[in-house]
Amino acid sequence: MRAALSKAQLEADIGSRFGDAFKIHDKTVVETLSTGVAEIDSLTGGLPRGGISEIFGPASSGRTSLTYSLLAYATAHEETCALVDTNDVFSPTAATEAGMDFDRLLWIRCAGDLEHAFKATDLLLHAGGFGLVILDLGDVAGKDARRIISSWWYRFRRTVEEQPTVLTVVSEEACTRSCAALALELKGTPEWSRAQSNVLPMRKPAPIKPLLRHNSIKVNQMRPVTPWVQESQFMAVSF
Amino acid sequence: MFACVHALESAGLSLVEFAYGFSPVVEEVRPGTVVIDVEGCELLFGSPYQLAGEVVRRAQTTVNVALAANPDAAIHAATYLKGITFISPGEELTCLGDFLLAQLDHSLVNVEKKVADEIRETLRLWGVRSFGDFASLPAAGVSERLGPAGIKLQQLATGKTERHLKVKQPTPVFANSIELEHPLSELEPLSFIFARLLHHLCAALNAYALATNELCVTMQLADQATHERRLSLPYPMRDHKVFLKLLLLDTEMHPPQAAVRSVAIACEPVKPRVLQNGLFVPLAPAPDKLELTLARLAKLVGEQNIGSPVVLDTHRPDAFSLKRFSLQTNADIRKRRKAGAGALNRPSRIDDEPCLGFRTFRPPLRAIVEIDQGCPAQVSAWSKQRSVYGKVVSMAGPWRTTGDWWRDDRWARDEWDVMLERQGQQSLYRIYRELETEHWFVEGNYD
Repeated sequence: MRAALSKAQLEADIGSRFGDAFKIHDKTVVETLSTGVAEIDSLTGGLPRGGISEIFGPASSGRTSLTYSLLAYATAHEETCALVDTNDVFSPTAATEAGMDFDRLLWIRCAGDLEHAFKATDLLLHAGGFGLVILDLGDVAGKDARRIISSWWYRFRRTVEEQPTVLTVVSEEACTRSCAALALELKGTPEWSRAQSNVLPMRKPAPIKPLLRHNSIKVNQMRPVTPWVQESQFMAVSF
Repeated sequence: MFACVHALESAGLSLVEFAYGFSPVVEEVRPGTVVIDVEGCELLFGSPYQLAGEVVRRAQTTVNVALAANPDAAIHAATYLKGITFISPGEELTCLGDFLLAQLDHSLVNVEKKVADEIRETLRLWGVRSFGDFASLPAAGVSERLGPAGIKLQQLATGKTERHLKVKQPTPVFANSIELEHPLSELEPLSFIFARLLHHLCAALNAYALATNELCVTMQLADQATHERRLSLPYPMRDHKVFLKLLLLDTEMHPPQAAVRSVAIACEPVKPRVLQNGLFVPLAPAPDKLELTLARLAKLVGEQNIGSPVVLDTHRPDAFSLKRFSLQTNADIRKRRKAGAGALNRPSRIDDEPCLGFRTFRPPLRAIVEIDQGCPAQVSAWSKQRSVYGKVVSMAGPWRTTGDWWRDDRWARDEWDVMLERQGQQSLYRIYRELETEHWFVEGNYD
């Protein structure tokens, strides 16, 4: 009986006929885009270009704050950005305070249509040239997000991996499965900056401290080949 | 052989357009006088004399026609001799020798009027009166005494100038049209018609090294109506494939109401955009690809739902508009900011504090709020897309905002920032109460 051939033996026998087919192609140097938040950059090294980054967490966990910070940084550094707003929740007023340059931002409002949002993202990725594309699924219910078929994520990953584009998916629960190169889970409790008051001031001060300062962030990096999980908590100096 | 046509009366005749009917090589010497190169026209019009007769017959006004081997000789003959004049090669002086020096047109040899007048005066003092007298002077002597300008004028008088006609190019028309044998009501066969017309149009633009940033498409419909569309492009282009895709997307979004009988496409030519790429230019979409992508996105979500946001100069909550997204060079952005345009869009952060994100609910959720001692205690709101429930554990406010009291859409409301707790999960919302209607709404969520 013929002995079973080992994988190494097979590669040795026929590898020369198929070139680099048996080599594992992996990027050793990954370019990243800063999020604009130094603490998160120190944890993750920035969002990887040519890959999908996922930011998920419940409401008021800081997802939108992180997204605005990311957009403000990218537009300030002359990246052309696109925001696919599935449920039309983007606030230009709040984004202005974040320092976003709207001349470099393409806003696509999908009025709650998930299929339109995915098709729009696909069009943007195939057009190329965008430094940052954000797909905002933050108000899509978890059960609907889990029903998104994997082939869409694989398609996005395949399209974006040959480009220096950062595709960021913002959602309530993790939905990209194994297609994300980086997953950031945000959770925390918001904190007030002052006691409640019934006085009517002339101007409205912000009663809530910036959410990112008091959240814990769990980082899950899928790439390089060996996955590892880093969990850390950070607290800024309290006010 | 050259034919000069000199119209004695204007009579509204466009002499250049008239001359194009005989030959494409036409020079307009001055209004009312043109020179035609008739070389090769024998097959159409016969001998040069027959051609001259045809010119006189077709002209709707009285014209003089002169034929000569030298264009300048033909010009002089047509200007001062009535009817048809034929000058054989080498016999120019026989015809023109008696012309006075005052009739010598110095502009044909690029001699200034002042210099020409001086030379004429000098020749008059010498007793030289006619073309023939001037031609009989030795060339060496003319050159020594009158200079190069004198030699040019002598050659002109002799009919021995050597030059090419300054051909007037016909004004190019960048338009194409086609009438269909049968009216078409489907897009797919129309796409072939569009492709053909656009291909010719772009070839013409390419030939003149021009581009266009606007296409005008006119379709005559079966019900005698006219369907017109204008495609404006942010940059001058001349790629027929891009034009075809944009036109098809536009026709899908704005289809004609009846079958199409004829299609005409026209454009205004402009100089193409010249870009100098640099080594350190940041990544940006290619303009033609971006235009196609924007057109496809507009077809997908609607034209009114894509663009760059512009915050309006008002205190009204959530006041913004969308403008067309276009790539701007850094020089354009710096120029706009110096001019103070779009001041509300300028980055306003002056520190490194992370910003506070806000997710606006559009439209705001109508809410039921339980009040306890004048403050919200419980909030319930729901819609098809989302629901907000919870007990108020912390709150801040109220803050009163009002505005536009003189308009029908004025607003007046008290805003609260509340933290709602539900099943152990805490979330931050902004709620407000309209002062006129006393209704509560959830405006959005701090995230």
